[in-house]
Amino acid sequence: MSKILIRGAKVLGGEPQDVLIDGETIAEVGTGLSAEGAEVVEADGRVLLPGLVDLHTHLREPGREDSETVLTGTRAAASGGYTAVFAMANTFPVADTAGVVEQVYRLGREHGYCDVQPIGAVTVGLEGKKLAELGAMHESAAGVTVFSDDGKCVDDAVIMRRALEYVKAFGGVVAQHAQEPRLTEGAQMNEGVVSAELGLGGWPAVAEESIIARDVLLAEHVGSRVHICHLSTAGSVEIVRWAKSRGIDVTAEVTPHHLLLTDELVRSYNPVYKVNPPLRTERDVLALREALADGTIDIVATDHAPHPHEDKDCEWAAAAMGMVGLETALSVVQQTMVETGLLDWAGVADRMSLKPAEIGRAQGHGRPVSAGEPANLTLVDTAYRGEVDPAGFASRSRNTPYEGRELPGRVTHTWLRGRATLVDGKLA
Amino acid sequence: MQRHLISAADLTRDDAVLILDTAEEMARVADRPIKKLPTLRGRTVVNLFFEDSTRTRISFEAAEKRLSADVINFTAKGSSVSKGESLKDTAQTLEAMGVDAVVIRHGASGAPYRLATSGWIDAAVINAGDGTHQHPTQALLDAFTMRRRLVGRDEGLGQDLSGRRITLVGDILHSRVARSNVDLLHTLGAEVTLVAPPTLVPVGVESWPCEVSYDLDRTLSKSDAVMLLRVQRERMNAAFFPTEREYSRRYGLDGDRMAKMPEHAIVMHPGPMVRGMEITAEVADSERCTAIEQVTNGVSIRMAVLYLLLGGNEPAATHTRTEEK
Repeated sequence: MSKILIRGAKVLGGEPQDVLIDGETIAEVGTGLSAEGAEVVEADGRVLLPGLVDLHTHLREPGREDSETVLTGTRAAASGGYTAVFAMANTFPVADTAGVVEQVYRLGREHGYCDVQPIGAVTVGLEGKKLAELGAMHESAAGVTVFSDDGKCVDDAVIMRRALEYVKAFGGVVAQHAQEPRLTEGAQMNEGVVSAELGLGGWPAVAEESIIARDVLLAEHVGSRVHICHLSTAGSVEIVRWAKSRGIDVTAEVTPHHLLLTDELVRSYNPVYKVNPPLRTERDVLALREALADGTIDIVATDHAPHPHEDKDCEWAAAAMGMVGLETALSVVQQTMVETGLLDWAGVADRMSLKPAEIGRAQGHGRPVSAGEPANLTLVDTAYRGEVDPAGFASRSRNTPYEGRELPGRVTHTWLRGRATLVDGKLA
Repeated sequence: MQRHLISAADLTRDDAVLILDTAEEMARVADRPIKKLPTLRGRTVVNLFFEDSTRTRISFEAAEKRLSADVINFTAKGSSVSKGESLKDTAQTLEAMGVDAVVIRHGASGAPYRLATSGWIDAAVINAGDGTHQHPTQALLDAFTMRRRLVGRDEGLGQDLSGRRITLVGDILHSRVARSNVDLLHTLGAEVTLVAPPTLVPVGVESWPCEVSYDLDRTLSKSDAVMLLRVQRERMNAAFFPTEREYSRRYGLDGDRMAKMPEHAIVMHPGPMVRGMEITAEVADSERCTAIEQVTNGVSIRMAVLYLLLGGNEPAATHTRTEEK
């Protein structure tokens, strides 16, 4: 493999430097590096980050290849600057056996756009009744470390307790979709002023908060590691903050859309805004931003949830929940966190690469941009501004809430172990 | 006026009064031996009902036929929410048949709004009840009934309901009638109080332009009209209240309670009434109960709405239809 010299890149937003890639690793970082024998990429003051890592992606394969496949999903990931994604278990069949997770893992490696780290189901068929073979999934070629019934809450306290205890044997983590099922029967949107007016079933904040409160207490009791998926309310932030102050081993993620959008958008009844957990209020959005900035929320995860057009081009109640997010995540974070002064680019690297890799134990990802490290990198034109046009998405699905919205920043290059997956904004 | 009627909240005071005044004109047609106007001759109106409602459908159908529209009834019960594309497909099929207006009843809140705004069809959309969201023609017929009874039939022309005190009792949480009435009555200047057990009041109600009370007895003496909303029996199983009897004791309207109301005050019900639980037979059959009048008035209101949306130029000559492109 040849050498690549990235010239004049603001590494983690700092002063411009040159970064020399040799083969699969970063050979040198410095100023005035020799371009001899290397292909030169003029970074021209763009920001260089470690390749992004998404702890929460839905790739839909196997089973819903009309929405997304491992190939289209990883191409979308590369477009968005990601070098590793964790693929959620709610496929058909469910990723609750070693066979399914190995298949997904292998497809990711074969396609070569982005490493795919499968997430295993906590319970058989996501039914919340019986633990899946967590150990077998961990020992498989996929080496699963993150387990989640995402889309469904592990609501049985005993099953949750056992899962938390069991994965300790191999350093695993249970990622909880916190949604008390009885409190959210028929839920269509955030419960509050807007739902009252629109007559849509309410998804109360307490349905999320009560499960998070229970699970951090369980994690404390059994001395385990728990991760909270797509935290969405100000109250949840308070609970996680309290748990961390007590020394409980809890981590939490927030999605880009919960950092930007509010339930006011549901007034359009446009199902592109239908997502689970639902869009909350302005107060929640501001609390989530603050919490991400101060580290209470550890990471940004996309919850990239592709759906075919017909599942969204209908009345609200009939529509599928979810939004695509891989290709817009960094732009939303730039707008909501960087341009508001809440986070610098080193902070973005931490929340979108280092920490998610650490939580998921993704080998070779989320590493510093320094000599000897794997060349998983992404180059961002932070000065760019443009309207989101889903027609240009690599994802098979187009259900973005940002269509026509102006967002800053554009990923121009992504390198996975020294090989370019995205060059000048085009997939390699 | 707007091209569609989706929500009572979309109506200005002048729009609403215009509809009520036009409905008075339409009501006169009902007094004639031949109850028919040529106004919508050659226009096609579809009654698109995804949810059962014989009463509302017949009311619209009567209104459409009295205006000489061609009427198509389309019932698609249960097909939509399980298979979302059917609303769009059905709408486009109707559009292809050259439909001028769609009267839609749907179990999903927002379905008429989607139909009107998603570009699927060009026809005017009239919401005949969507989920727990809105039922604007019901609110209009209720307001019409109140204006007739509390202001007067002829004296009421051009008037709103300024200063009238209206109490809505029952399942506010699940009621599109309540939402529509709160919006419209507020626009018309009335003071609205909602009365229900706290479990049947939506979280977020504090942003509505009305008062909320859990105590029916205290509001009766200050009410010019008391509107009872239907409480579905299945709510009991979902723990919204302990028993039918307890609900009835606290929120049901019987003769004793009615006696606490001012003499001129009326009792309203959108029907169908659950006698014995929310209303006793004594009250339902009294002179003060307007449930049957409301049904009659419903036809006049729906004629007025169809007429104004589909734009006859006469005889309500004061009205100019504004086309949205």
